[in-house]
Amino acid sequence: MRVLAALIAVLVLSAIPVAGIALGWDALFGIAVPYLALAVFLAGIVVKVLGWGMSPVPFRITTTTGQQRSLPWIRRQPLESPSTGWETFLRMITEIVLFRSLFRNTRADLKQGRIVHGSAKWLWLFGLMFHASFLVILLRHFKYFVEPAPAWVGWLQNLDGFFQVGLPIIYLTDVLFMLAVGYLLLRRVLQPELRYLSLAADYLPLFLLLGIAGTGVSMRYLWKVDIVSVKQLAAGLLSFSPQSPDGIGTLFYVHLFLVSSLLAYFPFSKLMHMAGVFLSPTRNLANNSRAVRHVNPWDYPVKVHTYAEYEDEFRQVMKAAGLPLEHDPDGQSGGGGSKPRAHEPAEQERPHSAGEDSADG
Amino acid sequence: MRDLPKIIIGLAIFVIIVAIPLWYNLAGGGAGAMPELVVETEDVPGRDECVLPAGRMRPEHMDLLNRWRDEYVRYGDRDFTDHRGRTFEKSLTKTCLDCHANKDTFCDRCHNYMAVDPYCWDCHVVPEELAGRGGRR
Repeated sequence: MRVLAALIAVLVLSAIPVAGIALGWDALFGIAVPYLALAVFLAGIVVKVLGWGMSPVPFRITTTTGQQRSLPWIRRQPLESPSTGWETFLRMITEIVLFRSLFRNTRADLKQGRIVHGSAKWLWLFGLMFHASFLVILLRHFKYFVEPAPAWVGWLQNLDGFFQVGLPIIYLTDVLFMLAVGYLLLRRVLQPELRYLSLAADYLPLFLLLGIAGTGVSMRYLWKVDIVSVKQLAAGLLSFSPQSPDGIGTLFYVHLFLVSSLLAYFPFSKLMHMAGVFLSPTRNLANNSRAVRHVNPWDYPVKVHTYAEYEDEFRQVMKAAGLPLEHDPDGQSGGGGSKPRAHEPAEQERPHSAGEDSADG
Repeated sequence: MRDLPKIIIGLAIFVIIVAIPLWYNLAGGGAGAMPELVVETEDVPGRDECVLPAGRMRPEHMDLLNRWRDEYVRYGDRDFTDHRGRTFEKSLTKTCLDCHANKDTFCDRCHNYMAVDPYCWDCHVVPEELAGRGGRR
């Protein structure tokens, strides 16, 4: 089972630091593993994105969902079919921040033997909820990363704990994050068509995130760890003066190891959509194919041998064999007679995509 | 490939953003310094140790104070008996602050370090502030 494979993988990943800390390998799991994971994360993303950057995208393959720029009296939709760089930028911003294309998500149901299409906004809603909560949670963690803790972390915490429920005050983003990841997981597990499509690689990030959030939430509300030591470790790592304080609690090392696993796994997984969303040729190109000619710069100069040239080369032989000729300078032919050849190419070698097919007359 | 320069600029921005904690710490100096706590115990008899062992107080003191508040205010249950059998009044200002008299060198050190803003002082008054007006201590 693919769900179970992913779940077992995350459970094994959680067990590794438990064993490691029991053996006293604090420095390995507190210092070496996070550094290694960060290095893999950064290098992996850079290599992957550079690879994408080297791939040819010769033509505009924008996917559009609206009227493109046309005659001035035809109303167009700049965000749905952008024609300038600025419009494309706006489209990208709304896509990245608001997930517009997910908002268009539809579902198809069979009702009384007919396919009925309807709107499906849940994925958009929970997807947005997940990403936004994740961002806030990450920003809140800045208090562990830097010394002195910036003032805005305090503002963010106060806003996040606006309702002052419980002590430590329950953060809204903690609840929303768990809800959203829970939905994203359950939808894959419970919907048969999605379960059929889902691979272990689809479940693994979700279980990892649940594990990270679960350990994090537990440390805050249930089985507390010494967060001053946690900050010593984290800020030490991020100022290149690593130290491994004693007695933090194993739960923290599980949290840290799962985060490290996520970071190291990131460049090789579907999570690379974080960089990929910026580099989607169907999104980040202006739809201006009718206004601007895009010549493929990687076109190999293909040797073209047109039919006219072929006939020039073999005219005598063809004539002797009694084959019909397009152009027969000294006989009468059905075609053009001796009129000038309009379609003869100007040069021998030219890009094959650069013009119309010159072979047929 | 025509866009490779733009992509490299984007990647550079990404790496710079990811490394913000590094820049911040390098600019701010030593990030590894642990806050130093000062306990100004005034030789209160029998108060050589806190109501819980320090290892438990450090992560759990907010829970204890929250529980004390609820028990004291809602149920009138005023006495706390610790692991050594000593009895204390469940009070932040009357019990905790007897030993930890200085908020700014005890409470605030860690709270500032961890960017925690407890709402104790929304209701409670810091003793030093009272002292100026002829109040306690």
